[in-house]
Amino acid sequence: MRDRIVHIGSVLLFVFVVWQVLHWITGSIAVTSPAETVSRLAEMMRTPEFWGHAQETLAAFSQALAIALGGGLVIGLLLGGWRPAGLVFEPILIAIYSIPKVTLYPVILLLFGLGLSAKVAFGAIHGIIPVALFTLNAVRSLNPVYMRASRSMRLTSGQTALRILIPAALPEIVTGFRVGFSLTLLGSLIGELFASQRGLGFLIMRAVNVYDVKTIFAVTLLIAAIAVAVNSAMLALDQRLHRRM
Amino acid sequence: MTRYGWIRLGIVVGFFGWLEAIARLGFVKRTTLIPPSEMATSLVDILASGRMNHDIEATLLTVAAALSSAVTVGFVAGIILHRLPPLRRLMDPLFAAYYAVPHFVFYPIFIVLFGMTRVPLVILGFLFAVVAMIINTMNGLDRIPRVLLKVARTNRLGPVQTAWYVVLPSTAPYLFTGVKLSVAYSFIGVIAGEFILSGIGIGHQIAYAYDNFDNRTMYGLLLFILTLVTTVNMGLWSYEQRLLRRRSRG
Repeated sequence: MRDRIVHIGSVLLFVFVVWQVLHWITGSIAVTSPAETVSRLAEMMRTPEFWGHAQETLAAFSQALAIALGGGLVIGLLLGGWRPAGLVFEPILIAIYSIPKVTLYPVILLLFGLGLSAKVAFGAIHGIIPVALFTLNAVRSLNPVYMRASRSMRLTSGQTALRILIPAALPEIVTGFRVGFSLTLLGSLIGELFASQRGLGFLIMRAVNVYDVKTIFAVTLLIAAIAVAVNSAMLALDQRLHRRM
Repeated sequence: MTRYGWIRLGIVVGFFGWLEAIARLGFVKRTTLIPPSEMATSLVDILASGRMNHDIEATLLTVAAALSSAVTVGFVAGIILHRLPPLRRLMDPLFAAYYAVPHFVFYPIFIVLFGMTRVPLVILGFLFAVVAMIINTMNGLDRIPRVLLKVARTNRLGPVQTAWYVVLPSTAPYLFTGVKLSVAYSFIGVIAGEFILSGIGIGHQIAYAYDNFDNRTMYGLLLFILTLVTTVNMGLWSYEQRLLRRRSRG
C-alpha cells in the first residue's frame, strides 16, 4: 500500500516537472504553468455555471457509456456464443472499429441534430465496438466444457449468459469495459467540442475561440485527471481479476 | 472465399441496399442521407474532375509525415523505456489513459507556435499515433521468449546480430500492430485537425461542404476517406493475421 502511494506520488511529480519545464520553454502563450492552471480550475469550480456544464457532460457521458457497455456486452455474448455469427461479423466489427469515426461527425449531426442525443450517439459509437470485440473473443475462447455443462443442466440462454459466460469471461469483459470507458469519454467530448452549446467540451471550444490558454488547460487537466484516475482504478481491478483466473 | 466470407459479403451488400432503399423511397430526408449510389457517383465526379486533388494530396502527405515520425519516434522511445523500467513505471499509467484525453484541444496552441502551416497537423497526428507505437514496441520486447535470447548467447551473437536475427523477427508482429494502429490514429488526428481549422485538406473540404449543405460533395468525400482507410486497414489486418499464424505454427 505504501509502495502504491509512493508510486502515484512520483507519477504526479513527474507530470508536473515535465509540465513546468514545457512552460519555461514556451511561456504562457502556449503552456500555462501548473500553478496558474490549478488556480484557474479552482476559480472556475466556484462558479455555478461551471457545475451546470459539468452536469451536462456527465449526463451525456453516462448515457453513452450505458449504451456502449450494455450494447457491447450483448453483441459480444451473442456473437461469441454462436460461433458462425462470430465468424461472419468479427471482421465487420474490426473494420468499423478502425475507421476514423471523427469523420462521421457531420453524419451524426445530420441524423441527431445539435444537442444531447448527438453527443450520446457519438460517445456510444466510439465505445461499443471494443467492448463487443473483447467480450466476443473472451466468450469464444472459453473452455468448451462450460457450454456442455450448461447444456447438460438445460440452462436457458439467459441463464447461460448470466451464470456461465459472464462470470467465466469477466476479466476480459473488464478489459473491454476499460477500453470502452476511455473511448466513450473521448467520443462524447469530441461531440461536445464540435457540436454543442453546453458541457465541458463546449467550455474548451469557447476558450479555444477566444484563445484563452489558461481555461483550455484547466478544463483539459480536469478531464485528464478523471480519465487517468478511473482508468488506473479499472486497470487495478483488471489485473486482480486476471491474476485470480 | 469461405462460406462465411460469402455470408459476410451478402450482409454488407444487403446493408447498403437497405440504405439505398430508405434514401430513394424517401424514408429519410435528402438533407440527412443521400443514396449510397449517389455517394459513389459523387466520388467519381470529384476524382475525375480533379478539383479536390490538391486537398487529397495535402492530407495524404500530412498523414505520411505524421505516421513516419510517429513510427520512428515510437519505436525508439519504446526501446528506451523498455531498457529503463523505473521511467516506464512512471509512464505506464499515463499511457493507459492517454487516449481518453482529447488532444485536439491543443491544436490552436500548435497553430500559435508554428503558424497556419501543415506543421500543427503533423504534430496532432504524431501525438495521436506515437503512443500506440510505443506501447506495442514495449509489448513486443516484453514477449521475446527467454530461450531465444539464450540461444543467441550460446551462439555468441553480438548485440547487432542479436537485434537483427532474434529481437526483430520475434517482435515483428507487435511492431506491425503498432504500425497498423498508428495508421488509423494519424488519419484521425490529421482529419480532426482539418475539421477544426485549416484552409486545405479533405477534412476541411468535408466541413466546408457540411456548412454549405452540399451533401453530395460531403458524402462523396466521406466515402473516399472511409474506403481508403478501410482498404489500408483490412490489408494490414489480413497480413497481420498471416504473421501471427506463422508465429503460432513455428
